[in-house]
Amino acid sequence: MSPARKVLREGLWSNNPIFVQVLGICSTLAVTNNLSNTLVMVLGVTFATAMGSWTLSLLKDLIPRKVRMIVQVLVLSFYVIIVDILLKAYQPAISKQLGPYVGLIITNCILMGRAEAFAAANKPGLSFLDGVANGLGYGWVLISIAFVRELLGFGTFFGLKVFGEGFTPWTIMVMAPSAFFLVALALWAANILKAKAEAAAKAPKPKAPGAASPAPAKQ
Amino acid sequence: MNAPNVGILPLFLASILTSNILLANFLGTCSFISISKDFKSSMGLGLAVTMVIGICAAICWAVLNFLIRPLAIEYLSFIIFIIVIAGVVQMLEMIIDRFSPSLYMALGIFLPLITVNCAVLGVILFLQIRNYNFLQSVIFGFGSGAGWWLAIMLLAAIRTKLDKNNAVPAGLKGTGITLITIGFMAMAFIGFSGMIAVQ
Repeated sequence: MSPARKVLREGLWSNNPIFVQVLGICSTLAVTNNLSNTLVMVLGVTFATAMGSWTLSLLKDLIPRKVRMIVQVLVLSFYVIIVDILLKAYQPAISKQLGPYVGLIITNCILMGRAEAFAAANKPGLSFLDGVANGLGYGWVLISIAFVRELLGFGTFFGLKVFGEGFTPWTIMVMAPSAFFLVALALWAANILKAKAEAAAKAPKPKAPGAASPAPAKQ
Repeated sequence: MNAPNVGILPLFLASILTSNILLANFLGTCSFISISKDFKSSMGLGLAVTMVIGICAAICWAVLNFLIRPLAIEYLSFIIFIIVIAGVVQMLEMIIDRFSPSLYMALGIFLPLITVNCAVLGVILFLQIRNYNFLQSVIFGFGSGAGWWLAIMLLAAIRTKLDKNNAVPAGLKGTGITLITIGFMAMAFIGFSGMIAVQ
């Protein structure tokens, strides 16, 4: 497998930031009761992770070890500020709804985690790709969760009504606990799929473990 | 811009219970999940987080009102806040090391982690958006810290029992069941929301 493909595969599935590393759910889980907000946050995280990893990979030989952390945080906050300013300029309504959570992308552990674990030891191009892969790997899980939460919590899909008048919204889906439950269920589904893939790999005629995404866990 | 009209005691209780920084706002989940395996570490980290959030809330309020707003450099506020947080954590580390080596031994490893704990930056961004005055900011800061501390202690206590239980399905062990536990805790904390509502 070429390094680029390996990086993509790891970010999206086999080393997915949520399923394997359990990182970065802090700032983004809060906005998953609405699909469009989640989409914006995921794009912001992906942009900041990719550009941050790229920059830090370029700078890696110039940064003294002692101040490494603070330089990483500063570079990452630079990109988050760009995201924030762009949102305020072009999507003021969404920016207002997201409130502090855009700024909190800075402390999203994925950004620091990738900068530290990957960008510090790899070439800029590959680090950029790793940032994209991790951002998207994180993104598809959160978007699946947001899909379930918005559909059941408000009966809508990107704000469009899906169900008829008779539908009773599930209040729990709008509130915080459901996000924790859904992440746990998604994690469970991922673990089961992985265990199956491993069992299949051990069997005499190994099937290629599918990189297909599992269906989002339903409650 | 005026500070919201919120009493000190309701704000303090609300920041601990109804709008718990972790269970209602999802901030600080990463270290929460990894550290809560161990009750003693949870205690130490909770104390450290409470101190850092309280002190940072006070300093950042001053920075916000005497530096950022007069100079109209709001677009730099994220960077400035992060620098303040990193500075406070560093200083706290040195002060504790100097005056109480035993506390340093207990907290030492956790302090650097706090710089990137979302809860700290989260509290500061909330106090910026909600326009709290100085007293409200400090109370909100310490209250949120205490709420985080309470939540991690409760979870750590539950987990010491949970990890011994073999009835948990294999795929759900570890993080999975912890997340479900946090979900139930969040539901329990929602029960407080009839009492006080402060946003």
